[in-house]
Amino acid sequence: MKSLAELRAIRERMAKQIDLRESGDDRIRVVVGMATCGIAAGARPVLNAFLEEVDKRQLKNVTVSQTGCIGVCRLEPIVEVYVPGQEKVTYVKMTPDKVASVVSEHLVNGRVVEEYTIGAAE
Amino acid sequence: MKEIALYVLDIAQNSITAGAKHLDITLAEETGRICFTIADDGRGMSPSLLATVSDPFTTTRTTRKMGLGLPLLRLAAEQTGGRLDIESTEGVGTTVRALFCAEHIDCPPVGDMAGTITLLIQGAPKLELTYTHQVEERAFRLDTRQIRAELGEDVSPAEPEVILWLRDYLQEQEASLEKIGG
Repeated sequence: MKSLAELRAIRERMAKQIDLRESGDDRIRVVVGMATCGIAAGARPVLNAFLEEVDKRQLKNVTVSQTGCIGVCRLEPIVEVYVPGQEKVTYVKMTPDKVASVVSEHLVNGRVVEEYTIGAAE
Repeated sequence: MKEIALYVLDIAQNSITAGAKHLDITLAEETGRICFTIADDGRGMSPSLLATVSDPFTTTRTTRKMGLGLPLLRLAAEQTGGRLDIESTEGVGTTVRALFCAEHIDCPPVGDMAGTITLLIQGAPKLELTYTHQVEERAFRLDTRQIRAELGEDVSPAEPEVILWLRDYLQEQEASLEKIGG
């Protein structure tokens, strides 16, 4: 069985990496809608998939956060990606399967995955 | 919603929006019934809001005149022969208690509580949250102050590495609870 004391090892490991983190202004933000509509449509596994990918690829410049209802409930789960200096990109009807390509294409390589965006859905 | 855990995630977000600093989540499974309680110290509701809060056409948001969190939960609980109780005092906090009759065919499974609790921590890392899951006589309890004590001030519990570790930890605890309990 795991014990909470194991968190101390994570703390020590992260303490060494802290200066590698980029400062607030150049961070990419990934925001997942987690209101009733998002949760009912499957936002929880999508958010989990983002956390897994960001952790797996050690993307130190990415913040994953949650928000309320984005306003287009029928297209949930919705994920907004904010890259500094660029226009916001809104991905709709997200699934855990789509997350891997959004992370590798958009967050890492800077290429928007057009087919998953709200523009392609509407 | 397909799981009771998703209702917990949804309703607990209301507490965070209400400015709660402490949140106590209890899930109790006893013969024939599943009951969860979410108690916060947020801003609470006025008697008039409390009276209409289970109505889908009541909401505090300003973007549109509908809010479905509590009405959906009330419907789901009552469909199984259970009930929803809400107590609230302005300036003190709100307690939501939902009872499901587990043997009813419409009763959703408990579902992924580990996922729900870790994502609440991820979304509100400063919140002091306790989570107690009781199955018959056995119980598991998590207090985020213990997590904070291990991590110190510099590492946020919202870090993906921490959240994923916590999810595995909770899944393990949940699984052993179910195995012995059920």
